[in-house]
Amino acid sequence: MQLSFWTYEGPPHVGAMRVATGMTGLHYVLHAPQGDTYADLLFTMIERDNKRPPVTYTTFQARDLGADTADLFKEAARDAYERFRPEALLVGASCTAELLQDDPGGLAKAINLPIPVVGVELPAYQKKENWGAAETFYQLVRAFARPATTPPERASCNILGPTALGFRHRDDVREIVGLLEGMGVRVNVVAPLGAAPSDLMRLGDAHFNVVLYPEIGGVAASFLKRTLKQDATKTVPIGVGATREFIAEVAALAGLEASVATEACRLPWYSRSVDSTYLTGKRVFIFGDATHAVAAARVATKELGFAVVGLGTYSREQARDVRDAAALYGLEALITDDYLEVEAAIEAAACELVLGTQMERNIAKRLGLPCAVISAPVHVQDFPARYSPQMGFEGANVIFDTWVHPLMMGLEEHLLAMFREDREFNDTAKPSHLGGGKLPEKPAGDVAVLDAPLLQVWTAEGEAELKKIPFFVRGKARRNTEKFAAQRGIANITVETLYDAKAHFAR
Amino acid sequence: MARGCSDAPVLRERGQREVFCGLTGIVWLHRKIQDAFFLVVGSRTCAHLLQSAAGVMIFAEPRFATALMEERDLAGLADAHDELDGVVAKLLRRRPDIRMLFLVGSCPSEVIKLDLGRAAQRLDGVHKSNGVRVLSYSGSGIETTFTQGEDACLAALVPQMPRDEAPQLLVVGALAEVVEDQLSRIFSAMGLTNLAFLPPRRARELASVGRGTKMLLAQPFLADTARALESRGAVHIPALFPLGVEGTTAWLTAGAAAMGISAQRIRDAVEMPETRARLALERARAELSGKRVFFMPDSQLEIPLARFLHNELGMELIEVGTPFLHRAHMTPELEAMPANTFLSEGQHVDRQLDRVRAARPDLTVCGLGLANPLEAEGMTTKWAIELVFTPIQGYNQAADLAELFARPLRRKALLEV
Repeated sequence: MQLSFWTYEGPPHVGAMRVATGMTGLHYVLHAPQGDTYADLLFTMIERDNKRPPVTYTTFQARDLGADTADLFKEAARDAYERFRPEALLVGASCTAELLQDDPGGLAKAINLPIPVVGVELPAYQKKENWGAAETFYQLVRAFARPATTPPERASCNILGPTALGFRHRDDVREIVGLLEGMGVRVNVVAPLGAAPSDLMRLGDAHFNVVLYPEIGGVAASFLKRTLKQDATKTVPIGVGATREFIAEVAALAGLEASVATEACRLPWYSRSVDSTYLTGKRVFIFGDATHAVAAARVATKELGFAVVGLGTYSREQARDVRDAAALYGLEALITDDYLEVEAAIEAAACELVLGTQMERNIAKRLGLPCAVISAPVHVQDFPARYSPQMGFEGANVIFDTWVHPLMMGLEEHLLAMFREDREFNDTAKPSHLGGGKLPEKPAGDVAVLDAPLLQVWTAEGEAELKKIPFFVRGKARRNTEKFAAQRGIANITVETLYDAKAHFAR
Repeated sequence: MARGCSDAPVLRERGQREVFCGLTGIVWLHRKIQDAFFLVVGSRTCAHLLQSAAGVMIFAEPRFATALMEERDLAGLADAHDELDGVVAKLLRRRPDIRMLFLVGSCPSEVIKLDLGRAAQRLDGVHKSNGVRVLSYSGSGIETTFTQGEDACLAALVPQMPRDEAPQLLVVGALAEVVEDQLSRIFSAMGLTNLAFLPPRRARELASVGRGTKMLLAQPFLADTARALESRGAVHIPALFPLGVEGTTAWLTAGAAAMGISAQRIRDAVEMPETRARLALERARAELSGKRVFFMPDSQLEIPLARFLHNELGMELIEVGTPFLHRAHMTPELEAMPANTFLSEGQHVDRQLDRVRAARPDLTVCGLGLANPLEAEGMTTKWAIELVFTPIQGYNQAADLAELFARPLRRKALLEV
């Protein structure tokens, strides 16, 4: 039994729902108790879907447990077929129904529907949402994919991995389809998002697969490699460098020249422009699913000149990739699905920007830190009305804007540093155009984390000088000064100690 | 005596029910009882439901959590109890401010027959000396629908209430603090001061109960709580629920009269707020009068809300769906409704949606999973959960309540895109 306050991922059947809802012509009959229908609101409210997810729930109650829940399931499956007339039926159980051991797959086959039935077993007490999505997609691909009747042309591919409720999946697909078609590669099937079971039958009509979201499409891609001998891309095109590598990888698979007519990307120039100098060495903390976290770390360091001071993921299945990436930055990866642990790590890292999920957005808000969202789980504001991909060259533009805007701009930051005691222009004052006055006290934020219980006291002058340091680096300054004082056995921290420490750490 | 729709036939349906389970009540109960903590013993689905229903609103460390059952907990039940003890000890170390801990049963814990009543007793014995009481109730979807979770929680509190036979009026059902304060002021203007509320704002302020207790239900979904209070000597006062002006006056009057307050004193105390509330309803009435409304089942608030919309705002009721019709508590409401009201109990969501599409109501009150899809079909909706999460009871909230129904229609009229 594990104590959990908030969870990054839902249960595995929600992963299956993401696959089914992304697809067309597929209906999911889920053996589940009353109440599990809450999952519909993820799609209709968070993603603002304009139709109900294609899911029928048995919604059994206590009185049904005494009778026959298996009959209830069969009835629900028959009704769902009659009402929705899908090309195929996906069947499975949620966590409670798993305990009943009614075997939805077997039951659905027993009622002899005139359409294919795919059963998925998703162990709810071991696995989570992304695993559930990957397994469901794999089972569907296994059930429907066929070899091509004639060998496909070399410059043809499928795109695997995007689902409903994915972070920017809709826009990533549009961006990458455009990129591939611009290179002269035919996009055969995009799946699960937008595909019908009959489209999955055509997967074999492509030469290779583009795996956009390895967490979801990876298992199916390995299966297709084994059975249909389709190669798969390994690079996820997030950021300029990764997009260029992706293009090279695709070109090699497709037998094309690795070039694109125009690299419609402003990030390289914007990042080189002088106003971006202030971005240099900004301390960022990164947490998300493995793919997005690793990609964000690369973009942050190589393309924006940030310093990564924390890197982690909630996806234990991909922990190794994140550990390897963290090692590049001299860090130990944080692998956890306990958001309180993430909060503690963010606080200890004294970062200036948090790149994370909806959870980290809340943590950052509480700590008074700027934040941008880079990964699921996300909330309604992360399904923007405008076109806003993360992948490809336009994705890099979007990343530049969304990561840089929460930060203080260049000259603004200098002014703040020069005139720290300005009555209106300081971090404790509300903006003057909003009437000025003091901001409410922020909790924690500046609190020092001491390793040793050494009694240290800041003198009044020392404390006052510390307050003149801009708030977003003050935590770091305080921590460094205290560390410096502790190493030297200094009990009273004065203005001089502060500057001694500054000089020491500047070396 | 008016019979209203008491004798009207009720369509009873079985099929897919698009409703929350009782765990959802934790979302408001954990804010209401400020030193209580709700530990769901369940699965990742339970945890995911809670944070989805709460809109991932992490204002502070929440006062609820899930003890996630894992594969090995399912294998041997003795181990599950040990594991739970460990999780509770860890939680109480982390949150020493907790005074009352609810172990909340879920679908999986019920199906494997994990006895949380026994666990609560055992843990209560362990932690009582540190001033922490441990109770249990079930919020599982196989036992409870949405607001029935609050019923189960309050029913679990009843055995803890001290015995006191002195006369008192006990208002039962979680209300917003602002509503509680308003109702208290009106009762005290009548000279009624021996007034208590269940649930309390703090665990240690739990009201007493006994043969002198008259209970006035503030919420329509409290069947088990009322039964538990009756077994402790309390007497139920039948009344309309305090929604709208009519409901609030009837509710206050029934409560005060049962406590021996004279009709004149009651009238004097309600006159001014009642008149003010009637005036405040005028704008919404102009907008809503003659409009047709369809209620899908959600919180059991549907019947009193429909009564308010019809009697005070002139709306026409197409169908009033409720997850569960508790006739004993609903009698005054049914008597106050038009005789031809179409009531339905339970749900077959697809068939009910067929009826919505056929009737094309001006306004459909439904759950979050259905609202946007219906809007996309050109229908106007009101999400039902807002009616549970908003202060709507009493005189000063009557216009706010009407506004919740008027706003979607006004918005639809405004938009030209």
